[in-house]
Amino acid sequence: MTSVDILIAVDHAAGRSAPKGDRRNLSGRILTFPFGLALAWLVLATVLLWAVAPQLFTAYDPLEGMPGGQLKAPSAAHILGTDSLGRDLFARIVHGAVHSLSGAVAAVGVGLVVGTALGLLAGSVRGRVDAVLMRFVDVLLSIPTLLLSLSIIIILGFGTLNAAIAVGATAIAGFARLMRSEVVRVRNAEFVEAAFGSGGTFGKVLWRHILPNSLTSVVAYTAVQFGWAILQISTLGFLGYGAPPPTPEWGLLIAEGRNYLATAWWLTAAPGLIVVAVVLSANRISQSIGRAAR
Amino acid sequence: MTRYVAGRIGQAVLVLWAAFTLSFIILQAMPGDAVLIKFLNPEFGLSADQIREIRQAYAIDSGVLVQYAHTFANFLQGDFGYSMQAGVPVSVQLATNLPPTLRLAALGFGAAVVLAVFIAFLSSIAPFAWLRNLVQSLPSLFISVPVFWLAIMLIQIFSFRLKLVSVINPGPWESLILPVATLSVPIAAPLAQILIRNIDEIRTRPFVGVARAKGAGELHLLWRHVARNALLPTLTIAGVLFGELLAGAVVTETVFGLNGIGGLTEKAVSNQDLSVLQAVVVISAAAFVTINLAVDLAYPFLDPRLRTRNGA
Amino acid sequence: MSTFGKPVLDVRDLHVSYSQGDSRTTVVHGVSFSVQPGEVVALVGESGSGKTSTAQAVIGLLPANGRLESGSIRLNGEDISRWSAKRLRNIRGAVVSLIPQDPGNSLNPVLTVGAQVREILELHGRIDRRDADRRVIELLAHVGLTDPELRVRQYPHELSGGMKQRVLIAIAIALRPALIIADEPTSALDVTVQRRILDLIDDLRREYGTAVLFVTHDLGVAADRSDRIIVLQGGRIQEQGETAAVLAAPESAYTRKLLSDVPSLIIAQPRPAVEASRAPAVVVRNLVQDFDLPGGRTYRAVDDVSFTVARGTTHAIVGESGSGKTTTIRAIAGFQKPTSGQTLIDDFDVGSLKSGSLRQFRRKVQLVYQNPWGSLDPRQTVRAIVEEPLLNFEPIGRAAREAQVTAIIERVGLPAGILSRLPHALSGGQRQRVAIARALVLEPEIVVLDEAVSALDVTVQAQILALLAQLQRDLGLTYVFVSHDLAVVRQIADTVSVLQNGRQVDHGPVEQVFNAPSSAYTRELIAAIPGRKLPRATALSTGSIS
Repeated sequence: MTSVDILIAVDHAAGRSAPKGDRRNLSGRILTFPFGLALAWLVLATVLLWAVAPQLFTAYDPLEGMPGGQLKAPSAAHILGTDSLGRDLFARIVHGAVHSLSGAVAAVGVGLVVGTALGLLAGSVRGRVDAVLMRFVDVLLSIPTLLLSLSIIIILGFGTLNAAIAVGATAIAGFARLMRSEVVRVRNAEFVEAAFGSGGTFGKVLWRHILPNSLTSVVAYTAVQFGWAILQISTLGFLGYGAPPPTPEWGLLIAEGRNYLATAWWLTAAPGLIVVAVVLSANRISQSIGRAAR
Repeated sequence: MTRYVAGRIGQAVLVLWAAFTLSFIILQAMPGDAVLIKFLNPEFGLSADQIREIRQAYAIDSGVLVQYAHTFANFLQGDFGYSMQAGVPVSVQLATNLPPTLRLAALGFGAAVVLAVFIAFLSSIAPFAWLRNLVQSLPSLFISVPVFWLAIMLIQIFSFRLKLVSVINPGPWESLILPVATLSVPIAAPLAQILIRNIDEIRTRPFVGVARAKGAGELHLLWRHVARNALLPTLTIAGVLFGELLAGAVVTETVFGLNGIGGLTEKAVSNQDLSVLQAVVVISAAAFVTINLAVDLAYPFLDPRLRTRNGA
Repeated sequence: MSTFGKPVLDVRDLHVSYSQGDSRTTVVHGVSFSVQPGEVVALVGESGSGKTSTAQAVIGLLPANGRLESGSIRLNGEDISRWSAKRLRNIRGAVVSLIPQDPGNSLNPVLTVGAQVREILELHGRIDRRDADRRVIELLAHVGLTDPELRVRQYPHELSGGMKQRVLIAIAIALRPALIIADEPTSALDVTVQRRILDLIDDLRREYGTAVLFVTHDLGVAADRSDRIIVLQGGRIQEQGETAAVLAAPESAYTRKLLSDVPSLIIAQPRPAVEASRAPAVVVRNLVQDFDLPGGRTYRAVDDVSFTVARGTTHAIVGESGSGKTTTIRAIAGFQKPTSGQTLIDDFDVGSLKSGSLRQFRRKVQLVYQNPWGSLDPRQTVRAIVEEPLLNFEPIGRAAREAQVTAIIERVGLPAGILSRLPHALSGGQRQRVAIARALVLEPEIVVLDEAVSALDVTVQAQILALLAQLQRDLGLTYVFVSHDLAVVRQIADTVSVLQNGRQVDHGPVEQVFNAPSSAYTRELIAAIPGRKLPRATALSTGSIS
């Protein structure tokens, strides 16, 4: 469990008590339109487009600086200014999206696949298998997440992929716990017993009732873990364990900008704000999924 | 009761042993030799005696199982091996680096608790709905901010712009202001979240309605009926918060250039100093397990519902 | 309306609304009534009738999304409906107090009982600690708690439900208020406990001359305990007046319907006796069920229970909470292996079946749960829910399946249009019909009903009971019917087992057990059933005699 798990637990609790509004008239619809949520989707969609087609958003080269154009403050030509080598900061952020996002997707993928498989197994089979798997998860949880990812990085070496694997490994325990608790929760529901009672086999009940009813929580958790993975990967990048320079990975951008704090504040402020916006958006979307589930 | 305590302690020891084993598998049994080769290379500048010492210390010439037993026995005696990079025993490094980190962590944790309680109570008793909503959204924002970036922004704003806190030759306490502020944010966020949720949930319980029907005011309700019921469950996330605190310390110490376990860890990873990292990992796992054990054992004393279960 | 004295409470044209998202719904429409000093007024209605909202508005404790739209609430002549929260605080507890619905959750779990009773004394005026402690002990003794000195130091979880409700009553009477609002004070309690608590409230209000506004869904309780009755439906008063007069000659059609739907101990037509020649469908022999407790101890939930259910008849299992009734039927339905003893169905011992044959066995025995909200998968449509059992056995064609589903939905009295809906779009009664349809689609011989009507309003309950009787006649079903409600049992069962603490204390034909109970416990159970003053019982039974 990380602080992110607490966040999602809180979101779910909030979702349960959220009233289901009956939106009939237009003015009511405008008043209740979830602007925050729409903005969150917009942010994620934009960043995703940056990752897929960065050249649509900026004409500047992220790696080649312009001689004489070093450390320029934000202006019409360079909306976020330039760095110490004269590279356009906005171009670097746009081109960096692919590194941060793919890292986060890979990390969440590792956690999702391994974690939910373990949790599903533990929750469905129960008994000794459950006990052993959950003790293993306890052990994973007993090592603080950052230390666990550092332990993996120190062996695998630095780099984007290795950082993603290291972050993904720390997400396994959370996914496993969530999946198991969901399976156990749904298993104890009366409608599941009723399904066994009407002659259902274990596999059929799992497929028809347990999986569909556990899924939304997992999807919501995946979204929140995505934001968390972005934070972790940028932290590793900042510490210098992720992608090597001159890759414009967001954490690395902040690390590089740090040397010019007194003269070029935008070099650290801008990439950091992007990270905050993406993580906030992922959390907001997760919250809305969690709410829809109840 | 004694049976429960013994069982719980046994479980904690087991988890700790497993954590040691896991860290050993990751850090020592894997192709760690590749790293050792670097140090054993005569060009690295170590004398033949030193190399022999290292080989002996790590039982390098024996099999993995012997190495494991050897390391395990050493850890039990408080011998965490040698730092490859600094060339001193890891225990010595820990002894010098632990106190500043403990001080930073304690202050950061204290600040976080104050901040979280402030946010939680304000979000439930603030006079205007918009203010309550604003305060309630703070934890989500806090949790989305990269800690290292927050540290840099605080330096930027308070040292460079406002010139309130000096970064050049600050006093011993002045140098702690920004690190403590940085560290408190990621800890306060989950704490405030769980507090807000608990307060909201407890306030809908029938016994609060009954107390209201007795003629109690909002502040009385919050203080006498809601607070204790809402605070109790936060204890269960103490272990999680410890992990966050440690991660926060690594980043904070790195950014502010402070000495401590965090800085030590960062250097260990950069220099692939496996012994140091394993020592830090095992010690934090021990701290985590101890904290959770302490919470589990203390809980019955704080929650009357658990106190009499065994007697009744 | 009575003209004596000044009323304690006078409510005029009360409107209460709730906000839901961006819309507001009015749930109380222009309710007016008054309560005289020392009088018990019952506010009766089914779920959604606005009875609780009315009571909450009176004491100023509407939930955060509720709002008092208009109308006046005069307490001792003063209109408190527009008072500030601070001003209301002074009268809450002192002039008007509350006995809540759910004693289990109405005491703070981390404070001692003594502290919670003392709190109301401390909130209204200075009192020194020693005086307060003495007063608390007096109060606890007064509400009939044994060993009050010990209770003061205990925490709520150490008390039983009935004891907790006594503590809450002690709090409510502590300052001798003019009016007590009792919001379903006994609906969470067993029937024998309910009777004692209602007696206590009666005694106290007589002693103190306190008026009581009694909110209840149970017409029987209202008949027995109130001077006047107010019948609410959909937030409007259907009728109000002297209890005896209203019940004897109800003016509104709704009250008449309510009265006719209330299950009663005295029924118009007793069910014909079961012929001895009928073959047994279920035989339970010396059933024992133990559960392991932490610390190596075991708890015996069912202790040597035996009975036989004849084919095509209804056997009821009756008992209060913890009597082992649910455990017994779970053994019959094959969800639990008994510790010892047998449950024989068609000469198969259910407890000895392996998973494969157990699955085949399920075609014969189906279970219907108490709570239709939890027993239907929220993500399945009604069609998928009812069709699912068919998919678990030999494959049959899509068209045949569809035909079977449509037929059974019609059989349980639901429109075909309901098939594509999700459970949350159905009412409680509709859901329970869907659950019954799911149980019947496999054409079982035996249906086990676990408190299958107790979560429903009386009018809905009456419809479901009628449906069950109809289905039994048409399909020759055998029912095993678990209930805490003896009146319902009397109405639909042929034979009955009375369980107490896991032991069967009485069993046999319903007529025999109810008219000549052999155990003191059964007599106490029967005596505790509210509704003795319901006039319909006598009216109808005399009617059937003449």
